[in-house]
Amino acid sequence: MSRFAAIAGIGQTEFSKNSGRSELQLAAEASKAALDDAGIDPADVDGMITFTLDPSDEIGLARCLGVRDLAYTTRIPGGGAASVATVCQAMAAVNSGIAETVLIWRAMNERSQYRFGQPLVPATGGVVNVAGNGTGSLLWCMPFGAQTPASWEALASQHYMETFGVTNRDLGHVSVAQRKHAASNPLAWFYGKPITLEDHQHSRWIVEPVLRLLDCCQESDGGVALVITSLERARDLRERPIRIVAAAQSIPKEVEVISNYYHGDLTIMPEAHGVARRLYARSGLKPADMQLAMLYDAFTPQVLRQLEAFGFCGRGEAKDFVKDGNIELGGKLPVNTNGGLIGEAYIHGMNNITEAVRQLRGTATNQVGDLTYALVSCGMAGAILSNE
Amino acid sequence: MSSAETPEPGVTRPDPVYTPDAAFFWEGVARGELLGQRCAECHTLVHPPRPMCPNCHSLKREVVRLSGRGKVYSWVIPRHPPPVGFAAAPIVALIELEEGIRLVSNVIEAAPAEVRAGLAVEVTFAPTRGGHAVPVFRPRRGAHP
Repeated sequence: MSRFAAIAGIGQTEFSKNSGRSELQLAAEASKAALDDAGIDPADVDGMITFTLDPSDEIGLARCLGVRDLAYTTRIPGGGAASVATVCQAMAAVNSGIAETVLIWRAMNERSQYRFGQPLVPATGGVVNVAGNGTGSLLWCMPFGAQTPASWEALASQHYMETFGVTNRDLGHVSVAQRKHAASNPLAWFYGKPITLEDHQHSRWIVEPVLRLLDCCQESDGGVALVITSLERARDLRERPIRIVAAAQSIPKEVEVISNYYHGDLTIMPEAHGVARRLYARSGLKPADMQLAMLYDAFTPQVLRQLEAFGFCGRGEAKDFVKDGNIELGGKLPVNTNGGLIGEAYIHGMNNITEAVRQLRGTATNQVGDLTYALVSCGMAGAILSNE
Repeated sequence: MSSAETPEPGVTRPDPVYTPDAAFFWEGVARGELLGQRCAECHTLVHPPRPMCPNCHSLKREVVRLSGRGKVYSWVIPRHPPPVGFAAAPIVALIELEEGIRLVSNVIEAAPAEVRAGLAVEVTFAPTRGGHAVPVFRPRRGAHP
């Protein structure tokens, strides 16, 4: 009989533009909330996982929580590509027996303290000995004026858009759907603030001809945490366990995180195809079994390309799939029902995972009726979650 | 960097920053040469450069002169926030060289309306603020697409 791991608790802080407290405090608050949600004593945490980019130390956070004896820690590179990969690693740790109660966290003052959306250019040229965080080829972009995540992503997406005739207006349907979801989610920064396609088209160019302002995620302050343990143990805890049916990573040859320009055909995301292949093979499920998709949405083109990679539509067909309410609540495949990173907050992908958990518990604000299976993806990693 | 040129007044483009394995590329650019890394054993050409050949795992690298001719594969114009070091928004492009490798660069001397996938381009070089240089590309006038 196969072993399963489960998400036993979720927690978060408020999402804002100025938290007014340290990132470590955000991490501690979100972690305590997730452990309370699960009904687990924080002292009992024995595994901790976060992003290489997270500024808080494991030991610093363990000291806040009073962790008795940490058995396992790891960090995942690749910026937001780490988000669902943390769940994959936590599952592996629990199933191997190396840890029993794994805490995942990501907390940042990514608006008030520093800004991912601003240019990042070293002051002087020459040799450096760091590559760093799985995004080393970004060095090849800087002296050409591609200095922000939006510009790196746009350069990868433009070929896809030109090949399949995808216009910026087509991308607007993703923003409109997600802002509609955010508008009815009180936890979202853009609560009560839906947009129209015309609003999208009137927002200024960030990177022409791919991304307007309303194609981009937010910069946010906040923290999110999850607690992973065995399904068997989770059944005895406070909340309904959410089973990790399958979780997978995929980093195919020559693929990179965001300056992803060096693999063969830039009309596809080979990493997302790899994740999809592994998830469907390991679970025995198929795209039609997914009743919710939480897709990493730092920028709207990523949503289109993941829809194609996970088989929800054919290649080049996502621009039509996202029209006519298909990705909204009540549509064929609701996507990013919390508003996503565009509408709710940018906690580096982690708030899209907690939304899948709320949906499967039946406690989401924008509840997608009764559902059994949800897909969460950050491109280089993904998971199929279930309440059965 | 082997060159110790004095930067031209008004040159604001950021300098290249690179890892030790890419030093040959930028030293070549400073001399006005576009260079690539080829495996000395199996002759696989790779970019970005790396210390080991991904095909045969040889550590023997050789530096080869590239044609400098290629085609635009994808392109964008970063508008906001304005890129640091550029008076006007540059055309950022992914260039596929004749040799089959891709480079991030700029297309210069071209109107945005003229830039499209498949546009034939050739290399030239642009100075940076600290006296280094970068390879940039301009349309190859009269070239058959």
